[in-house]
Amino acid sequence: MRRCDVVVIGGGPAGLSAAAAARATGAGEVLVLERDERLGGILNQCVHGGFGLATLGEELTGPEYAARLEDAARAAGATLRTDATVLGVRPAGEGAAGGPCARPGRRPGAGELEVTLVSPARGLERVAAGAVVLAMGCRERPAGAIGIPGFRPAGVLTAGCAQRLVNCEGLLPGREVVVLGSGDIGLIMARRLTLEGAHVACVAELMPYSSGLKRNVVQCLEDFGIPLLLSHTVTRVLGRRRVEAVEISRVDASAHPVAGTGRIVACDTLLLSVGLLPENELSRAAGVELSPLTRGAVVDDSLMTSVPGVFACGNVLHVHDLADHASLEAARAGAAAAAWARGRATRARGGGVPVEPGRGVRYAVPQRVDPERMPDELVVRLRVDGVYERRSVVARADGREVARRRRDILVPGEMEQVTLRRDALLARGGIGRVTIGLEA
Amino acid sequence: MGRTGERDARALTCIRCPRGCRLTVELGEAGEVAGVRGNACARGASYARAEVAHPVRSVTTTVPVDGSARLRRLPVRTEREVPRERVLDVVRALAGVRAAAPVEIGDVVAEDVAGTGVDVVATARA
Amino acid sequence: MGTGCAHDGIEAAGRGAARCDVAIVGAGVSGCAIARELARLRVSTCVLEAEEDVCCGTSKANSAIVHAGFDAATGSLMARLNVEGSRLMGPLCAELGVDYERVGSLVVCTDPAERGGFDALLACGRENGVEGLRIIEADELRELEPNVSDAAVAALWAPTGAIVNPFQLTVALAEQAAVNGVEFRFRSPVTGVARRAGGAWELDVPGGPLVARVVVNAAGVRADELHNLVCAPGDELAITARRGQYHVLDVTAGQHVRHTVFALPTRLGKGVLVTPTTGGNLLVGPTAEDVGDKDGVDTTADGLAEVERRASLTVRGVPLRERIRTFAGLRAHQPGHDFVIGEVPGAPGFVDCAAIESPGLSAAPAIARMVAGIVRDALGGPAERDRLAPRPAPVPDVARMAPEEWSALVAARPEYGRVVCRCRTVTEGQVVDAIRRPVGARSLDGVKRRVEAGMGRCQGGFCAPRVLEVLARELGRDPREVTLAGPGSEVVAGTVKDTLRGGAS
Repeated sequence: MRRCDVVVIGGGPAGLSAAAAARATGAGEVLVLERDERLGGILNQCVHGGFGLATLGEELTGPEYAARLEDAARAAGATLRTDATVLGVRPAGEGAAGGPCARPGRRPGAGELEVTLVSPARGLERVAAGAVVLAMGCRERPAGAIGIPGFRPAGVLTAGCAQRLVNCEGLLPGREVVVLGSGDIGLIMARRLTLEGAHVACVAELMPYSSGLKRNVVQCLEDFGIPLLLSHTVTRVLGRRRVEAVEISRVDASAHPVAGTGRIVACDTLLLSVGLLPENELSRAAGVELSPLTRGAVVDDSLMTSVPGVFACGNVLHVHDLADHASLEAARAGAAAAAWARGRATRARGGGVPVEPGRGVRYAVPQRVDPERMPDELVVRLRVDGVYERRSVVARADGREVARRRRDILVPGEMEQVTLRRDALLARGGIGRVTIGLEA
Repeated sequence: MGRTGERDARALTCIRCPRGCRLTVELGEAGEVAGVRGNACARGASYARAEVAHPVRSVTTTVPVDGSARLRRLPVRTEREVPRERVLDVVRALAGVRAAAPVEIGDVVAEDVAGTGVDVVATARA
Repeated sequence: MGTGCAHDGIEAAGRGAARCDVAIVGAGVSGCAIARELARLRVSTCVLEAEEDVCCGTSKANSAIVHAGFDAATGSLMARLNVEGSRLMGPLCAELGVDYERVGSLVVCTDPAERGGFDALLACGRENGVEGLRIIEADELRELEPNVSDAAVAALWAPTGAIVNPFQLTVALAEQAAVNGVEFRFRSPVTGVARRAGGAWELDVPGGPLVARVVVNAAGVRADELHNLVCAPGDELAITARRGQYHVLDVTAGQHVRHTVFALPTRLGKGVLVTPTTGGNLLVGPTAEDVGDKDGVDTTADGLAEVERRASLTVRGVPLRERIRTFAGLRAHQPGHDFVIGEVPGAPGFVDCAAIESPGLSAAPAIARMVAGIVRDALGGPAERDRLAPRPAPVPDVARMAPEEWSALVAARPEYGRVVCRCRTVTEGQVVDAIRRPVGARSLDGVKRRVEAGMGRCQGGFCAPRVLEVLARELGRDPREVTLAGPGSEVVAGTVKDTLRGGAS
């Protein structure tokens, strides 16, 4: 069986960044497995700009950013394979009877992991790995999940699916479009569809605020006079074979449609941008503990999951707004995976203390930190649960303040962060937990 | 962006930070910026001045590409920003344009697009 | 298809008209099962379907269960055919390679005052010939079904209750019929029926009339319209579309119950069921609403909420946040609440297979035998064939394959190594083969029903563009012509900038 120090699952911005960092940190063979025919993941269909500012200091489009990351991973010496779908990850030697991994071959060493994949070129294969980095990205919440009443005709599709059709296939999903949800992909697709010849009637958003970046609200909607209907939702889909119209209603403070406020908007397409969910099928099957808050893995300060040697980063860990942030996080995971694979990080799982969301904070990642072994500075990323003005993001160790970051404005659509310093945590002696909340 | 109703003022949303201040830009007789209201910080004022005086945007889209095993559509962008009111013209001007492989990132796909003086370049290899 | 319809230029009135011995109107599970039975005879059979595929009406939108047969009124056709169908279903699915699992069903009582209801059910079930029925008390019930409601006091246990994949079943029946000579014509709604001199029936279908010696009316919620064209005055049939709304939960919730869980009907009405599916999902529903619209498969906020509320009466903690889809189907209900099967009086050779509402799926194998018998008699007892050619082997399901087997398949056909649907692990090879089969897929939904691409938690968000591409390639169509479910449901409207051309400044 082939043996790699680090196997990275997913060749998008997170996977490529993790691979480059793993090599730079001293890993031997680093193998990236990408199921698509091209590397870059979702970046390939993100033809718009806004990438690279935080990592490369210049503004690039998605495909350009993907090319930079691919080149960097290649230059670092990572092996990049496309058209290869990973089917499973598990500790080596487990359950050798049955299942897709039950093939004869050299057994990997103790404490190692085993990755099973399939490709058109080579069929099923197993690869032994010292460490695995999960970087599978996320998927879109479909119409069925939110249960919009009405019919189920052609013309209801997620914004990302439309993005692929438009930007990669050159196909126009519809001519008269309503967008439900003001997530960034929905906003960006409103502009893309307008530029490609469709008319976008409006964007309806359930919440009283947009979940997308303000820049996108202005440059994708306001520039083109596309109305953004806050506190509105689609309450019915009409049309049996193809969408003919949707009913849009106002919602009350608890996000329930208000009877009698519905109005019919003629359209042939309903685009959904109603949330992204980490793509954790492989993680779940591998026994990785998942967080109900992020729907991604529960990780420690090295981004290692509950399965020793398995790390997670990017949108499979928690949904980011900026690919740059996913890249930065992934570099940490890649470096930690390399260290693990080389035997330089052998701490047992379960060390450290929990990092918990406090008032106003929906989630914080990582969920565990070990003051003894953490890096000198650790960036904790978090999302708030509403719109707040003039607050501080405050980290407290057993109630005593250890970090504070003042913010004029905090919105759920934009990820926040706070930096924990190792010396500040150590100065508190043996702590029980770190809580991150919003304070005046 | 839209008119406020007053002849000498314009409303826009600041995008310098997530707060998204609703700005009112008062215009002088020659259309120059006479004042900015609604901004929570100085960055709002500078944004308003730039946006009113000379709003510009990058344009990204795709064109068909022949002879590529990698791509059917070649993503492209304007090499630099164009006046905002020319964005749709740029896309229209690209409606008949095709590219042919091989293409490198940065290769010019259309020169002086729609008379803007700006070239359109490839953003992917094909 | 040598024994399918043959063009016939002999009869004066039928110049250019196609003719066949039997025309079956409707390619739902009943029509396809009947077609397969008739394929055993030396007759030519043609199935006329208004939609673009088999399994497009009631057969695709139901509870996907095989009822044990304890609740149909003793002595009714429903009761007899349900119990017989339930016995036939397991072997039939095994023969056809269709997913079927005898999980057993539970009718749960949550109110001690209602326990008396079991007596009637038990008596009815035994009278109907259902085997293995017994009442189980709370302790055993909780052991059998840990997530049953805390209020549950007892249940009727029916070990012969089962779950089945209705898409696979209908497709498999159609495939086997097709390889044995039955012709399938899609997009062929029957708009008129006339009796010709000599007793044959002439059906108006697009592209010209079809003449058949015998007509089988398996037209689902529209069977009454066809019946009423040929019946004697006063013999009209009135079919009401009875809508049932459902929630489908992700496979992560598929283990929430182990059996099909019904509620004991009470004064407050019939409950909804919670059941695992053969695909590993959890299905919750249905409502029972009479709707005026025979295409009214829309869901409503109230209906979906009602299902959620009623499900919670028998099963605790149904994880509706794991929902991936909602849908509604229509049952063909008639006031007599029994199947209507038989030659229409005064219309010899016109055979109804109508009002096949629940338990129609369960009864389908028995219905097919009964109808085929009637047709055989109407045709004067034609000869039988030596044997029925088997259904072509199902499309390989890589998710269930041994690794060696999968690898060997990829070596022979590399497209079986390219996963296009990540939720259900479906490869490009499976999509290709779903299209290339007899009575093959012609749309995204057709592919979904055959190989489950798009049936998982992302509901096609990932695979739809890929499947669309394969469909266009395999069918030799422009991508703009590819549909979700037949004409009028094109997936895309055009190409980018197609309205901007010539507008360059």
